[in-house]
Amino acid sequence: MEYAIEIANLSYSYPDGQQALRDINLAIETGESVALIGANGAGKSTLLLHLNGIMRSDGAIKILGLPLNDKNLKQARSKVGLVFQNPDDQLFSPTVFDDVAFGPINMGVHPNEVRQRVSQALHDVNMAGYEQRSPQHLSVGEKKRIAIATILSMSPQILVLDEPTANLDPRAKWELIELIRGLPMTKIVASHDLELVTALCERTIILDSGSIVADDSTSSIMSNTPLLERYGLAPTSRLAIAFD
Amino acid sequence: MKHSFLDRYSDRDSLLHKLDPRTKIVTAIAFILAVALTPPPSWQAFALYFVIVAIAILISKIPPLYVLKRSLVIVPFVLLIGIFIPFLKPGDASGSYNVWIWNVSHSGLMVLWGIAIKSWLSILSLILLSATTKFTELLKGLEQLRMPKLMIMILSFMYRYLFVMVDEVSRMKQARDSRNFGGKRTWQLKTIGNMIGTLFIRSYERGERVYGAMVARGFEGQMRTLSSLQFRTADLYFVAAFFFCLSLVGITFLFM
Repeated sequence: MEYAIEIANLSYSYPDGQQALRDINLAIETGESVALIGANGAGKSTLLLHLNGIMRSDGAIKILGLPLNDKNLKQARSKVGLVFQNPDDQLFSPTVFDDVAFGPINMGVHPNEVRQRVSQALHDVNMAGYEQRSPQHLSVGEKKRIAIATILSMSPQILVLDEPTANLDPRAKWELIELIRGLPMTKIVASHDLELVTALCERTIILDSGSIVADDSTSSIMSNTPLLERYGLAPTSRLAIAFD
Repeated sequence: MKHSFLDRYSDRDSLLHKLDPRTKIVTAIAFILAVALTPPPSWQAFALYFVIVAIAILISKIPPLYVLKRSLVIVPFVLLIGIFIPFLKPGDASGSYNVWIWNVSHSGLMVLWGIAIKSWLSILSLILLSATTKFTELLKGLEQLRMPKLMIMILSFMYRYLFVMVDEVSRMKQARDSRNFGGKRTWQLKTIGNMIGTLFIRSYERGERVYGAMVARGFEGQMRTLSSLQFRTADLYFVAAFFFCLSLVGITFLFM
């Protein structure tokens, strides 16, 4: 089986000494959709930032069989598309076009093909015709879609999403989930939105205090209430009784 | 949240709006240069400059009152720079202008008039430029006119994040006011100081995240964009007409 991502013995501590990731070992096959769940501060975002080398530490990471090091960094980044949690961080250009074109231009794609990729990516997220709009005048849901388009235009083989449904109302959230479901590449989604995880991913990994504490099919993890409760992902049993 | 646009009226449709941003930038700068180089005593020249701007404003279909109101922002600057000159500049004191014990010199008044009329005409042309050109187009134009990339990047980030920060501030103010902000003046000042500090730290952290998002998409320190600007024949006519008017003013009042 071919692996999209292989991580071996990855640990990371913040500059202030706080340990964010402890000895992560993980292999994700190509074409899989994997959810990374865990409470706030469990290390989800830190792990995601390692996947395209924005954060570096000891431990070996392989992207599609290619070891992540200084030499391969650029190549790896065009294979792993990282969508940040806050679209205001991801969209920094004065127009939507400039933002979606940013990745392909940096990859050295020919101008004509850049234009083609931009309109294709915007079409894929149902935002065609927004090229000349300014991100600051869009709704959060629209910004999210554009943020995904900025990654799709680089045609990555692995799509990494950090809290894709944060700050979205239910309608925008389900529209976005449908959109992401339709994308063919390998997907890694960090979230604590269990509805999203159930709808999108067949495999789920629970992260707690920087360690992987569970790694199983989504259905078996979602039905294991004590496990979810232990890691702060479901209501405590007292509250659950109150609901019934 | 909704904001006023920096470049209000720039999405209207007129001859001036359709011109290439480079045409507008170059003519605006040429106009300012001509205004700045005209000696203050030749008031007829200034009158004609005004006519040129006024015609341009009419063509652009921008409400003249809006332009006029916005042009008032220069008043404090002009006053700050120029108001003392008539009193301080030595020269032939013209008796009738005397204010109490201070002598008002004629040459000093001339300098004040020069500063006022030149800055007003210049700001009119700049308002016209920004009201007929989308900010993004303006940036593209400046970039093609070889303005340093670093400046373009700073301006474009400013344009993008100005209102994000305004939102941030208004949310902080709401949070502060809903907890009964008040009390002693020193306490208030301390709170405001803390808010400014928080805003700074948040912006700094946002900067880090934005940089992360850029690096994730292959940013290596060089901002590259695709340009789609194109001169049209209208640009040629506009430039020709403009420089014709300008040289007419020059010939009539400066060399005759």
